[in-house]
Amino acid sequence: MPIQVLMPALSPTMEKGNLAKWLKKEGETIKSGDVIAEIETDKATMEVEATDEGTLGKILIPEGTADVAVNTPIATILADGESAGDLAKAPAPAQQQKAAESAPPAAAKAEAPQPKAAPAPQAVPEPDPEVPEGTEMVTQTIREALRDAMAEEMRRDPDVFVMGEEVAEYQGAYKVTQGLLQEFGARRVIDTPITEHGFAGVGVGAAMTGLKPIVEFMTFNFAMQAIDQIINSAAKTLYMSGGQMGCSIVFRGPNGAAARVAAQHSQDYSAWYSNVPGLKVVAPFSAADYKGLLKAAIRDPNPVIFLENEVLYGHTGQVPKLDDFVIPIGKARIVRSGSHVSIISWSNGMTYALKAADELAKEGIEAEVIDLRTLRPMDTETIINSVKKTGRAVTVEEGWAQSGVGAEIAARIMENAFDYLDAPVTRVSGKDVPMPYAANLEKLALPSAAEVVEAAKAVCYR
Amino acid sequence: MAAPKKAAASTPQDKPDGGSPPEFTREQELKAFRDMLLIRRFEEKAGQLYGMGAIGGFCHLYIGQEAVVVGMQMALKQGDQVITGYRDHGHMLATGMDANGVMAELTGRRGGYSKGKGGSMHMFSKEKHFYGGHGIVGAQVSLGTGLAFANHYRGNDNVSVTYFGDGAANQGQVYESFNMAELWKLPVIFVIENNRYAMGTSVSRASAQQDFSKRGASFNIPGQQVDGMDVRAVKAAGDEAAAWCRAGKGPFILEMQTYRYRGHSMSDPAKYRTREEVEKVRHDQDPIEQVRNRLLAAKVSEQDLKAIDAEVRDIVNASADFAQHDPEPDAAELWTDIYR
Repeated sequence: MPIQVLMPALSPTMEKGNLAKWLKKEGETIKSGDVIAEIETDKATMEVEATDEGTLGKILIPEGTADVAVNTPIATILADGESAGDLAKAPAPAQQQKAAESAPPAAAKAEAPQPKAAPAPQAVPEPDPEVPEGTEMVTQTIREALRDAMAEEMRRDPDVFVMGEEVAEYQGAYKVTQGLLQEFGARRVIDTPITEHGFAGVGVGAAMTGLKPIVEFMTFNFAMQAIDQIINSAAKTLYMSGGQMGCSIVFRGPNGAAARVAAQHSQDYSAWYSNVPGLKVVAPFSAADYKGLLKAAIRDPNPVIFLENEVLYGHTGQVPKLDDFVIPIGKARIVRSGSHVSIISWSNGMTYALKAADELAKEGIEAEVIDLRTLRPMDTETIINSVKKTGRAVTVEEGWAQSGVGAEIAARIMENAFDYLDAPVTRVSGKDVPMPYAANLEKLALPSAAEVVEAAKAVCYR
Repeated sequence: MAAPKKAAASTPQDKPDGGSPPEFTREQELKAFRDMLLIRRFEEKAGQLYGMGAIGGFCHLYIGQEAVVVGMQMALKQGDQVITGYRDHGHMLATGMDANGVMAELTGRRGGYSKGKGGSMHMFSKEKHFYGGHGIVGAQVSLGTGLAFANHYRGNDNVSVTYFGDGAANQGQVYESFNMAELWKLPVIFVIENNRYAMGTSVSRASAQQDFSKRGASFNIPGQQVDGMDVRAVKAAGDEAAAWCRAGKGPFILEMQTYRYRGHSMSDPAKYRTREEVEKVRHDQDPIEQVRNRLLAAKVSEQDLKAIDAEVRDIVNASADFAQHDPEPDAAELWTDIYR
């Protein structure tokens, strides 16, 4: 029976890709291990190797086709003795069938999973006060917005450099630093050994002399190795030196859950870093905010923890085409206004918050959605003003609830707007468990739009 | 608890390279004598003030190890950075930081180098290129490597002198830093002050490789054992290491074989070694006595040396006086210097 070759998943989070090129023609003989096609994602081009032998019977998806879903049949291979007439007998694709495997990238440590091809964030009804009216906008992925932010700041200030694992030659484990080595050279784009503790300390030491390092952690999970240098050396030195010596440094990288990478690679550190005086903590959601806030972080004279989200890297958004688009750290943004309940979130939590707001609107509940963008210093004023208007608040975070950022927001609301509350502040958070691997359990461990809807209705007594 | 089994390579009794180091000029001898004496007298006074309750918290005295920082400092040039751990008062005085400011920091007063907010273990001076003063054992090694990275990045020929002890030498980040320092040829002198005890644990009980000059061997970092009680030997080794770094050849390790006379901190009863052991080093190898004896042999008068001692005592007494009368920081200082 002819064998179907399926569109392969090249990483845990990939859902679709472009079929760039066929390297074999119909009728050509194929041996196991032959490269038969090239597949493109927004990050990389990968080769598809045959795992079966025979003749390439029919190409089902022509080259140049974009957005081919994973597991779509892309070709059929005829075994010995089969002919084109047998093609009709090819079986329907089954979930378990894996007719092609990708050649894995060379990343030794963590193969960079692709972002989910989730829908782009909702069009936001509220105008961005940071952007002058009539500004031309460009559509960019968050990955590109981050890269541009770094490149612009490196052009502007020769003291800015970027260091981390795979940031240079490999072009970034998640391709965030793509092209920087080519433009700025190996002096300013520095591949480090896999030694987070050591290179975080090297970065802080360099910053104490006045240089402005951008230290990339492949993910913040690995920054736990380095957290002593981040907190004891970077965050506290200005105070301990009586203001003499500080540390202008950005620690950035993906934070929180990616997809199917389980407990040790899925932790959200928002609450951890936001606990520490001396640090600023930024965790944006939209592409424009990623760009404007990273530029602000690089210019900030203090140590800044810049929490990105891997699931969002491939998301596109509108980024203002301005020479110098900088968003001030410490300002939340109301991305959707409403009068019935305030939903407060940041980073990927906004995905659930905005989806929930759409759902709630269908049921006549107008939610005001606040993107905190910065966790420290926290824009308490924007939260409190909103709660004074709505009388109800729901916080949404992917991290754990205990001692979480939601708990902090709830406390601030209680301290500053207790008399305005019509219902207790409610938290939607990651479940109080290490992140499981199984797809169904992982989904259960993370917050969902449905949980946000439920919480919002509960505080509205609906 | 038995005394360390044997002298081994890590005792200051051995002269690692054999033979005498290059002689100092009279001016160098006098400078070394004066600078070491200042540290000794300052530390003695700090110990007194601690006993009186004027200094709080931890207070780690440098008495016995003075030749290490003084000799190294004589090998440095303007702009070279110094960074160390928590036994840091000697390093600060050696870099030329003001005794009043250091002592007032120990007493937690507003005239201290950190306005009273850092204390004994956390002081800095941008002006003197002193980068702390770090309370986390081993953290200064990565930071010091970062200082060298900055020199390399800027293309100057300054050197980072990164001090740490035999205890810190077992920390993981030390080896992460060794690797990067050699990989990138960073100008850093790793000065391992082997005073034979990491708090109460002797080198023989904590270290598989007790020859610390070999700790960089697997990274191809050259190392040398130095008689850290002889200021001339320290300076000669420092010169060699600095020249190596300034020539762009990467890092260099100097194991300074030294000894601390006092406890790990003021609250250390020092039950892990005998009184005789301390007395023997103090009698046979005291770094200041060595220089004094050479100066006397070179016909410098007892009177001249007494004058130096008097000058040093005046500085120290004045610093103690300042540190006890300077006001505490204003309450508003609680909230300053968190962000710039």
